[in-house]
Amino acid sequence: MFDDYQVTGKKGTRDGFGAGMAELGRSNDQVVALCADLIGSLKIQKFIEENPKRFFQAGIAEANMMSMSAGLATAGKIPFATTFANFATGRVYDQIRQSIAYSDKNVKICASHAGLTLGEDGATHQILEDIGLMKMLPHMTVINPCDYNQTKEATIAIADHHGPVYLRFGRPGWPIFMPEGSFKIGKAITMKEGSDVTILATGHMVYYAMEATRTLEAKGISVELINIHTIKPLDDEAILKSLTKTKCVVTCEEHQRNGGLGDSVAQLMSMHNPTPQEYIAVNDSFGESGSPAQLLDKYGLGIKDIIAATERVLKRK
Amino acid sequence: MPRSITELEKIASQIRRDILRQVHSCSSGHPGGSLGCADFFTALYFHVMEHDKDFKMDGKNEDVFYLSNGHISPVFYSALARSGYFPVDELATFRKINSRLQGHPTTHEGLPGVRVATGSLGQGLSVGIGMALGKKLNNDDKTIYVLTGDGELQEGQIWEAALFAAHNKVDNLIVTVDSNGRQIDGDTDDVMSLGSLEDKWTSFGWEVLHMEGNDMEKVVAGLQTAKQKSGNGKPVIIIMNTEMGFPIDFMMGTHKWHGVAPNDEQLENALGQLEETLGDYKI
Repeated sequence: MFDDYQVTGKKGTRDGFGAGMAELGRSNDQVVALCADLIGSLKIQKFIEENPKRFFQAGIAEANMMSMSAGLATAGKIPFATTFANFATGRVYDQIRQSIAYSDKNVKICASHAGLTLGEDGATHQILEDIGLMKMLPHMTVINPCDYNQTKEATIAIADHHGPVYLRFGRPGWPIFMPEGSFKIGKAITMKEGSDVTILATGHMVYYAMEATRTLEAKGISVELINIHTIKPLDDEAILKSLTKTKCVVTCEEHQRNGGLGDSVAQLMSMHNPTPQEYIAVNDSFGESGSPAQLLDKYGLGIKDIIAATERVLKRK
Repeated sequence: MPRSITELEKIASQIRRDILRQVHSCSSGHPGGSLGCADFFTALYFHVMEHDKDFKMDGKNEDVFYLSNGHISPVFYSALARSGYFPVDELATFRKINSRLQGHPTTHEGLPGVRVATGSLGQGLSVGIGMALGKKLNNDDKTIYVLTGDGELQEGQIWEAALFAAHNKVDNLIVTVDSNGRQIDGDTDDVMSLGSLEDKWTSFGWEVLHMEGNDMEKVVAGLQTAKQKSGNGKPVIIIMNTEMGFPIDFMMGTHKWHGVAPNDEQLENALGQLEETLGDYKI
């Protein structure tokens, strides 16, 4: 099982972002980077070292950073505006809405430390609403890669995609398992075919969903696992095709239940193929301090929770 | 051929007629600040800026203007139309359904001359700084002009931008503050006093200039001085004194006309105070 997805090591998705930026620095001279006093956290030292004139330190002033990015984009640059996910979305929603999204600017909003797995810093920094905020903006592309390799590939891919993008990734070291060359914006990846239930997972939760799948298969349940790295535009075709076969679904995300991947899937199904669904997501709650694994367990996002949700949804078929 | 002050004053008179007729036609919009800034827009678009009416979004090798206080869109639209960016008769669609002339300026409907949406205040200065950085990277020596309101300076983002531009020596940038001392809820000194703008911007590291905004000769001279001061390691700001509603007698001396359109009778009265110099647009 998962022969093509063997774990090869462990690194943060933010490290994948940094590696992608370093590569873009060498391959695309229109790419510029901005950061709001979090260079080390965003792992963009290499890009800055190699392209000092194409980096702008915005200081602790995210609103100005976002609107400046819109100006840089107008001049033909491809700005990557980087900070923590909380400050890249909620704090600057109006700047993104007016200067970037409504104005159709080619700005890449690159957001680290999203979700509960930020860990010990606690709920002030653990944004769980960012996917919802960003996917509601017309024409915003929303991408939530699952590991180092996928984040690196997504970072490189969005430079060639014209239009505003929200790229969401995280802080902790996380297993690396995606093969290189597998990422394409908007194209879901079926990691394992199955016939009893579909599990749709995004971001860090893809790895947990893989682990849950191993246990479920051992119990005789045939799981189809799909990696939904692009939440908007959603790969409707891949999802509906899978649901026609399995007739039930579990959605897994490190985000609020309201407004996340699960809601996008529910909307799709309600219009085309109403199907029983269970959500693995934070249920109308803020997070707290703790280790990433402790937090995922406490807020119902653990591997055992995915297994239990799958067993529940199977009974509703 | 540079235009004479008299020619510019004639254009400004027509722009003011356009402003009043636009807001009257849809019974909404912001005439007060628009009228006060008509001389500034005329000087900028018809004398000072090097710009191309065949609009290109990237503004390469031309001066670029951003209107940060987007609610004074009537004066912006008239200046653009009268400069040839789009047909003058399109001003009749202002704020109406299916129009490119939205209540606040936007790129969304593809109106030539607009490079970013503004309306939610405090953002245009930052966008202008971004464009200025882009021009430097592109080895493009042209200038970025930004207009903000004075009430708009109450937005925190303005001061983020002010710090950034001075720290990074963004000196291909000339900002003008429309200092009319009024905002929608009353006099700026009553709503939230700005104190000394000169002291504030000087302490932030900017080159600060003053200009009378309702005297064409002084506006042209002021903008030319600002141009001379640019390129010297500091961003430049002009504190421009204007009178909201200028020169319509019943619209001056109050904040009442910030966001209220004249009725039929008031329009007639106001138009009687402004010479029709270039021909009114058709309704």
